[in-house]
Amino acid sequence: MSTIEADGVGTSVWDGGVSPFGIPSKKLSMWLFIISDALTFTALLMAYSYLRVSSKDWPMAFHFYPSIVVSTVMTLFLLTSSITMVFAVSAAQQGRMAASFKWIWATVGGGVAFLLLHANEWRTLIDEGLRTNSNPWGNPLFGATFFTITGLHMLHVTIGVVALIVISLGYKSGKYPADYVEITGLYWHFVDLVWMFVFPLIYLLSVAPSGAAH
Amino acid sequence: MSHGTAAAPHVHQAPTGFWKKYIFSLDHKVIGIQYWLLALTAVFVGMGLSLYMRLRLAWPSGEFPFFGGAQMTPEMYLALVTMHGTIMVFFVLTTAPQGGFGNYFLPIQIGAADMAFPVLNMLSFWVTFVAFVVMILAFFVEGGAPIGSWVAYPPLSAVGAIAGPGQGMGMNMWIISIGIFCLGALLGALNFIATTLDMRARGMSMMRMPMTCWVWFVTAVLGLLAFGVLLAAGILLLLDRTAGTSFFVPGGLVISEQLIDHKGGSPILWQHLFWFFGHPEVYIAILPGMGATSQILAVFSRKPVYGYRAMVMAMCGIGLLGFLVWGHHMFISGMSPYTAMVFSVLTLSIGVPSAIKTFNWIGTMWGGQIRFTAPMLYAIGFVSLFISGGLSGIFLGQPSLDLYLHDTYFVVGHFHLVMGVAAIFGMFAGTQYWFPKMFGKMMNETMSKIHFWVTFLGVYAIFMPMHYMGIVGHPRRYADTSGVDFLAPLQDMHVFISYAAMITIGAQLLFLFNIIWSMMKGPKASDNPWEATTLEWSIPSPPPFDNFGGRVPVVYRGPYEYSRPGEAKDFVMQDEPMK
Repeated sequence: MSTIEADGVGTSVWDGGVSPFGIPSKKLSMWLFIISDALTFTALLMAYSYLRVSSKDWPMAFHFYPSIVVSTVMTLFLLTSSITMVFAVSAAQQGRMAASFKWIWATVGGGVAFLLLHANEWRTLIDEGLRTNSNPWGNPLFGATFFTITGLHMLHVTIGVVALIVISLGYKSGKYPADYVEITGLYWHFVDLVWMFVFPLIYLLSVAPSGAAH
Repeated sequence: MSHGTAAAPHVHQAPTGFWKKYIFSLDHKVIGIQYWLLALTAVFVGMGLSLYMRLRLAWPSGEFPFFGGAQMTPEMYLALVTMHGTIMVFFVLTTAPQGGFGNYFLPIQIGAADMAFPVLNMLSFWVTFVAFVVMILAFFVEGGAPIGSWVAYPPLSAVGAIAGPGQGMGMNMWIISIGIFCLGALLGALNFIATTLDMRARGMSMMRMPMTCWVWFVTAVLGLLAFGVLLAAGILLLLDRTAGTSFFVPGGLVISEQLIDHKGGSPILWQHLFWFFGHPEVYIAILPGMGATSQILAVFSRKPVYGYRAMVMAMCGIGLLGFLVWGHHMFISGMSPYTAMVFSVLTLSIGVPSAIKTFNWIGTMWGGQIRFTAPMLYAIGFVSLFISGGLSGIFLGQPSLDLYLHDTYFVVGHFHLVMGVAAIFGMFAGTQYWFPKMFGKMMNETMSKIHFWVTFLGVYAIFMPMHYMGIVGHPRRYADTSGVDFLAPLQDMHVFISYAAMITIGAQLLFLFNIIWSMMKGPKASDNPWEATTLEWSIPSPPPFDNFGGRVPVVYRGPYEYSRPGEAKDFVMQDEPMK
C-alpha cells in the first residue's frame, strides 16, 4: 500500500483528525440509529405484507368515518408537527432560544394530539371487537399486525414527545447545546416518515367498500 | 462546512475507587476486558454443555454426574443443543471478537483516547451482561431451558409448554434475553461506526487503518443492519406466545393431540426474518477472526498484508453478499426452485471474495521470514480451518445437494469448522497476540504450543468424521440413534468423536491455566514484543488510562511497513515521521 508523504497528511477530510462528514459524532449516531430502527420497521411491514398477501380473508375493516377521517387528521397533526420541528431547529441554529422553545412545544402538542386520537382510535376498534388474536371480520392477523405495528409506532412517538420535553427544558436552561434540538428533530422526522408508510399500508389498503358493513 | 475536531483528546480523568475503575468503568480498555471475560465465561459454559451432549450421544444409556444419577432425557439433550448454540453464537462469537478485542484495540489502533461514546459503551456491555444472566436463568425456570435450538423455529417455539418442557417459560426467557442482546449489540455497533469514522488520528486515513480496524468497522455495519431485524422477529414471536397473535402459527395445527387455537400465520415467515439476521451473523462471527489473522500473518511473516486494498474490498463484498443469501438456509422449506437457484448463485459467489482472502493470506506468508510464535500458529490454524470448513459450504450452497444434506451432521461439521472453530482460533490468536499489551505479561509459549496442537488436531478429529456421518444420512439434533438400523454402525464413530471432544476440552483448561498463570507469573512484556508497526505497540504495556499519555499521535505511514529496504530495522512504526 502506498504511503503518503508526511506533508500530505490532512489534505482530505478522510485522512483523519477531523470528522469526515463535518458533523458531531452524536448527530452521526442518530443517523445510524435511524438506519437500524428503519430496518426493524421494515421487517415488521414486510411481515405484515407477507401475511396479508398469503391470506384469503384479509378484512377490509376501516370505514371512511370514523377510521379513515380520524387517521387522516392524525396524519395531518404529525406532518404539521414535523413542520414546527423544522422551525424549532432553524430557530435554535440562529440562536433564537425562546422561539425554538415555543416551536418545540408546538411539536410536542402535535405529537400529543396524534397520540390521543390514536388511543381513541384503538378504543373504538377494540369496542368493535378487534383483538390481537381475533376480530369479527376475518383473518385474526388483521388485529395482530394492526396493534403490533401501530403500537410500536405509538411507542416511538411517545418516546419522541418525552425526548422533546427533556431537550427543550435542557436547552432552555443552557444545559444542552442547540445541536441537541436538531438531533432530536432527526428522530422526530424519522418517526413521522415511518407513519407515512404505516398509514397507507395499514389503513388506506383496508378501507371498507362504501356502503358495505365490514 | 466546518469540521469538528473530533479526534481532540477527551477531558479524561482517571477514575479512583473500585466501582468506577473496574465495574462501571467508562474506559474502553476495561470494557473490552469485561466483554472478553464475559465471553470466556460463556465459552466454558457452552463447552461444558457440549461435553454432556457428547456423553449422551456416545453412551445413550449412561448416567452422568450432576444429572441426579438418572439417564439424560432426550428433552434435556435438546435443551443442551439449544443453549450450547445460543450461548456460543451470541455470547462468545459475537461478544469476544467485537466487544472484547474491538473495544480494547480499535480506539488505540486509530490513535484515539477512547470510543466516541464512553457511557454508551459501558451501557452496551452491561446490557449484554444482563442478557447473558437472563439466558442462563432459563435453565432454572419451570420446564427448564428451551428445546427449539438456537434458531427457535416456530410453530413449536410459538405455542408454549405444550410443545415440550422448555418451550414454556424457558422459551420466553430465551426471547427476552435475545431481545436485550440485540439492544446491546445495536448500541455497540453505532458506537464502533462513529468511532471509526470520527475518531481517527491525523494521518490515519481509512486506507491506512490496520485490517483489524476494517473488520471491526464492517462487522459493526453488519450488526447495525441485522440485529434490528432479529429484534422485530423476536417481538413478533413473543407476541405469539403472550398476546395470542398468530404471526408464525398456521391454522389447524395439532400438537400433542391438541388442536392449537391459532390460525393464519406462517412459520416460514420466521425463517425469512431469522435468517435475514442469521446469515450476516455468521460474518459478524468470522470477520473479526479474518482481521486478526491478516494482522498476525503480516507481523510474523515480516511482510505487508498481501493485497491490502483487495482484502478490504473482499471483506466489504462478503459483508454485502451476506445480506443476499439468507434463503440458502431454507432450501427445504418448499421455496420455488427458481428462488433457490438465485440464492444458490449468490451463495456460491461468496466463494470469490473468500478465495481472494485465502490466497492473500497465503501470499502474505509467501517468501516471508516466518516466525512460528504461538499467535502465528493460531492464525495459520485459522486459515486451515477456514478452508476446510469453507469447501463444504460449496456443497451445501447447491440446492440439489442440500436437499439431502440439510439437517444432517454434514451441516454440523461444516458450520462448526468454518464459523465456530475458525472464529475461536481467531480469538485464540487475538488473545495470544494482544495478551502482552492487555496485561503487560507474556503468555507461556510452551503451554500455548501444546494447547495449539492438541486443539488443532482435536477439532479436526471431532468435526471431520461428522461430514462422513452426514453423507451416510445421520440426522442432527437426535439424542440417540443407536436403535436405528442403518445408523447403528456409526455408534463407534460417535464414541471416537466424544473421546476427541473430551481431550480437546481438557486442553482448553490448559489454555485457561496459561492465562491465569501468565497474568501472575509471566515475564514482563516490553512495549513492542512482536516488533509490530501499529499504534498499540507504540505505547506502554499495559497502556496508560488515556492510551497515549496526553499526546495526540500523528500517523505518517501505512500499517504494514515490514522489511523495507534501506531501513535500519525490519519494521517501521506507523507514527514514525518520514525522513
